[in-house]
Amino acid sequence: MRIALYRLLAVLLPLALLEILCRDRFITPLTLPAPSQILLGLWAVIEKGTFNAAILKTLTNVGLAFVLSVVVGITTGAAIHRARLLRALLEPLFSTYYAIPIYAFYPLFIVVFGLGDAPQVLIGFMLAVVSMIVSTLAGLDSVPPVLGKTALVLQLGPVETVRSVTLPYAAPYLFTGVKLAVAYAFIGVIGAEFIMSGTGLGYEIRFAYDNLDNNVMYPLILLILLIAITVNMSLDRWEWRLRARRGHG
Amino acid sequence: MDPQSPIHVSLRGVTKVFVSGLGRTHALGPIDIDLRRGEFFAVVGPSGCGKSTLLDVIAALTPPSQGAVTFEGRPIGNTVPDGVGVVFQENACFPWLNVADNITFGLRRQPVDKTEIEQRLQYALQLMGLQDFAHAFPSQLSGGMRQRVCIARTLVMQPRLILLDEPFGALDQQTRLLMGDELLRIWRATGATVLLITHALDEAAMLADRVAVMSARPGRILEVIETGWPRERDSQIVSVPEFGAITARLWTLLRAQSMQALRPEAV
Ligand SMILES: Nc1ncnc2c1ncn2[C@@H]1O[C@H](COP(=O)(O)OP(=O)(O)OP(=O)(O)O)[C@@H](O)[C@H]1O
Ligand SMILES: [Mg+2]
Repeated sequence: MRIALYRLLAVLLPLALLEILCRDRFITPLTLPAPSQILLGLWAVIEKGTFNAAILKTLTNVGLAFVLSVVVGITTGAAIHRARLLRALLEPLFSTYYAIPIYAFYPLFIVVFGLGDAPQVLIGFMLAVVSMIVSTLAGLDSVPPVLGKTALVLQLGPVETVRSVTLPYAAPYLFTGVKLAVAYAFIGVIGAEFIMSGTGLGYEIRFAYDNLDNNVMYPLILLILLIAITVNMSLDRWEWRLRARRGHG
Repeated sequence: MDPQSPIHVSLRGVTKVFVSGLGRTHALGPIDIDLRRGEFFAVVGPSGCGKSTLLDVIAALTPPSQGAVTFEGRPIGNTVPDGVGVVFQENACFPWLNVADNITFGLRRQPVDKTEIEQRLQYALQLMGLQDFAHAFPSQLSGGMRQRVCIARTLVMQPRLILLDEPFGALDQQTRLLMGDELLRIWRATGATVLLITHALDEAAMLADRVAVMSARPGRILEVIETGWPRERDSQIVSVPEFGAITARLWTLLRAQSMQALRPEAV
């Protein structure tokens, strides 16, 4: 309870300071409007519904990139885990993967897939999928051999073993991958919208920025922040419940 | 034990050599044993002599390097035969399932109807003293209770051959004796053949019809000792004079082997 209070203070105190600085014109509204202004702006934006289409588009694309990366990541991870040679081949690639600036390929994706949603989703997917594969591998590595033997004694086939024994055991590891995948999907999709696209929250922020429209830009940034925090907190809560039940036994 | 009983499991010239990047480990054998149907057979041996490996080979969890195992007259292949249940040395509970779901895990994947599953579950919970913990998760149980969950999970499958690898390793002496009584009761009630691996000589001497003593690695059978106990027996047998004689005999055989296992270079 006390922790929750401190946490709230840790957020509210800097905000209050910022509010004072902005109202004192120490920070000009051209640089940053007061937090209360931004909040009111967000309310106005939501009430008018001007950006509903953009919000929906971004959330859909993030959702697509996320679901795709989780499904493909887990299946690929499980498959690679069984194929030792393939894994030895791919593992160095995974560990250097995040050194590759994926955005550098974005123009290529646009040339290939056109200006629709596919390039953004692809960027989000490509960023997210490898972390999902890597955490699936780590999770499957953590399964004690005796559980595999138990599955054999209970006459489970290889697919059923993965589905009912090894993946459930690896769930805490998978969760790390899922959380990263959410973050990467957001970064990938919004970043791509920002760079080159005609729709979505990233595009709208960019557009407002180009027009020096702070009354739109900051509320939209705040909106993205709130969405990301909400998603992350629900995932944290879910994970916490999962872990509490399993304990460390 | 009735020597007229048919042979249930038979091992002929079974050896196991592990080959890895680090070299070859001759873990086991050659071993020849026959388990009779319905017999309670115990195996004792020094640490690392290949007892768990022996169990893996019998359950077809790992192929022997040489030799053959037959179960119910058929050579075992590379899948665990029907009717074989195993309780492993390590904790094999599924941490994401509660006790009841752990116990019925295998059963729910068999063509067994719901009421039957429920009946067998209740029976197993009762037998293992887990009635109050059906909805608890493994992390909330003691090591000994987790092992009982694993025993229950094996029992509900109604195996004809039960392999147990030091199932009471995590228990204190008193509980061990009582669990031994339970094991005897299960054995009589099910008519299953039991192979119990243990490092506790008194446990082997009290529970088994026959006790095989294994040598230090590579494990071979040094001697098989017939206890001659009646089928109706329990832990009170520890007070009869023959019990002391059998335990002493086991210890004489094992002492040298255990010393060798501890200090291989000194022998
Ligand atoms: N998968 C494996 N690869 C290589 N060596 C192995 C493997 N499994 C077991 N061994 C080796 O085989 C020998 C016998 O092991 P095993 O686990 O069967 O002994 P044990 O009698 O069950 O020991 P304990 O009493 O400690 O349980 C040991 O020297 C062990 O290091
Ligand atoms: Mg062992």
